[in-house]
Amino acid sequence: MPKYINTKYVDALRGAFIFALQNDQNVILFGLDVDDHKGIQGSTLGLQKIFGAERVFSTPMAEDSMTGVAIGAALAGLRPIHVHIRMDFMLLCMNQLVNMAAKISYMYDGAFKVPLVVRAMIGRSWGQGAQHSQALHSLFMHIPGLKVVAPSNAYDAKGLMLSAIKDDNPVIFIEHRLLYDMQMLLPENYYEVAFGRGRIVTCGNDITIVAVSHMVVEATRAHMHLLSIGISAEIIDPISLKPLDIDLIINSARKTKRLLVVDNAWLTCGLAAEIIALVAENLNEEAAKIKYARLGFAETPCPTAKVLENQFYPSEISITKKAYHMVTENILQNWKHAKIAHSEIDAFRGPF
Amino acid sequence: MFRKNKLVLHLYAKLLLIRKVEEAIIKVYPTDVIQSPVHLSIGQEAVAVGVCDLLEREDWISNSCRCHATYLAKGGDLNKMFAELYGKKTGCAAGKAGSMHLVDKDNGVLGASAIIGSNISICAGVALKLKLQTKAQQQKNLVVAFFGDGATEEGTFTETINFAAIHKLPIIFICENNGLAIHSPLKKRWANLDICKRVQSYGIKTYKVTDGNIFKIRNAAKKAIYKIKKYNAGPIFIECNIYRYLEHVGIRDDHHEDYRNIFEYEKWQKRDAVKKLENMLSPKEVVKIKLDINAKIKSAIEFAKNSPAPNEVDFYKNIYA
Repeated sequence: MPKYINTKYVDALRGAFIFALQNDQNVILFGLDVDDHKGIQGSTLGLQKIFGAERVFSTPMAEDSMTGVAIGAALAGLRPIHVHIRMDFMLLCMNQLVNMAAKISYMYDGAFKVPLVVRAMIGRSWGQGAQHSQALHSLFMHIPGLKVVAPSNAYDAKGLMLSAIKDDNPVIFIEHRLLYDMQMLLPENYYEVAFGRGRIVTCGNDITIVAVSHMVVEATRAHMHLLSIGISAEIIDPISLKPLDIDLIINSARKTKRLLVVDNAWLTCGLAAEIIALVAENLNEEAAKIKYARLGFAETPCPTAKVLENQFYPSEISITKKAYHMVTENILQNWKHAKIAHSEIDAFRGPF
Repeated sequence: MFRKNKLVLHLYAKLLLIRKVEEAIIKVYPTDVIQSPVHLSIGQEAVAVGVCDLLEREDWISNSCRCHATYLAKGGDLNKMFAELYGKKTGCAAGKAGSMHLVDKDNGVLGASAIIGSNISICAGVALKLKLQTKAQQQKNLVVAFFGDGATEEGTFTETINFAAIHKLPIIFICENNGLAIHSPLKKRWANLDICKRVQSYGIKTYKVTDGNIFKIRNAAKKAIYKIKKYNAGPIFIECNIYRYLEHVGIRDDHHEDYRNIFEYEKWQKRDAVKKLENMLSPKEVVKIKLDINAKIKSAIEFAKNSPAPNEVDFYKNIYA
């Protein structure tokens, strides 16, 4: 019987790194500032002291080439974890990730493999603004050869990180900063969470809500609001975006006949469009009997001012209203919802 | 004298193999048996052979898409090369890579990148692994990153030499400076022509060979390999001036175009390593090597021709490991 401990998302990640670095000498961890006093929001704090500067180290500010170094190290037999404190910086690594990492296994017909984990932190709140907040999973999902995951809780963060490090392919591992302080009971021991398996977060019959990353938290709160007005929503957390557990979503959508996808990203050419297209294609004539809708970022760059930023993201309120409309075909009016005091969104005060 | 002759024979055979392989490609290319771009190394063989000659099989190399010469110089399999060019299942990458991405893991060829410069940082990553696994004083193996003068303009070149210098990586950077990035000459691209000086400012030892002399190139590589393997003195940078005889991609001589200088070409033809070494050998020795190489190439082309094409299973294989 494993021991369960109340653990923050960030500490779950750090715990995973400790297991991985202990278990396999080939695991190395690097990125700008992984060994400083802040330790990537605490996720890498103290690891250099335990495992040495050869295996855990900070790099020059050279995202493109450090990705190349990670790829080279990986194809030579190491298992690098490369860290980016903002996912936006990964746009500087697109060449190496798309042209090199994603191609090597296929182009060299399996002669080389690239067991690489790229940690991409996404964020919101405290005015992260247009260049410090983007969630770009769809860009990476587009590319054959890459895997993309976005765990929404501490349990999945730890187990999926351990799976990602063990995986022989490049994995883009997306961590939402607002989740970092959220706690849950999780086993202290080593365990893995499989790729390509989603989870039903709440069971329901009236509508299926697929939510990604931090939107799982918002959707779960929306679920409580919806219950209070008599609607039962089935919330699905895909956890792994590529490979995607589309069967789980299809089965739920067949049951509820309503599918709302809430992405933590823009909608155009995005994950939400992909999920709906996959469901529709797989269900043939039955597809026409299902109602579909999407929620995601406003089609603007992310603004800094709090009042605008709050409009930019889907919220428990907008999810509730959208779901209500899909189920009842009415607009939710004169609704007095419980105020959520000090959610993780308001609690986050940066400044980093 | 005898030992010198032996070295000449040995280097000549390597140079001639590359020259003759590419001449064979030129011969068959108009028949469309090779349906992909070819970036020929004719004129540049001395760098590949001079540098790779003293590498061990367990040392690694990688290049940009002008990779035929380095692949062969490092010991890449000739049959698999032709099969790859012919798009066959028996090719070094089952026909999925082609001329621009020749790979031979067993002989230390990491592959080649058609995105110029992108192989440089990957080589540094391999060097990082070699450094970590060598706890002993002496570095057992090293990596050689080949690239052209154009690649040094990519940000990744500067980023990588900086990182390699910080970590004292066992890597040799070889700049095959043919003075052309596709069709753009150096003077349009470099504010300061002294690349060695620029690289030195990162704390990296450099060597420069300006005349394409294979013995000088080999000697520079010898010193670099020794310093790294014996004293962990990496990284080291070597600039080799050299000349591309043919067009950027394809099989034509394009000296009639206005971007090239025929006098420069004539100067470099006088330095041609294949011809120079041939003149140092007896006709009997030359004939023997030529016959041997022609037979090898003929048999490799037969192998490629008679090999099966990749199938539906190969198509979807190895997208993921």
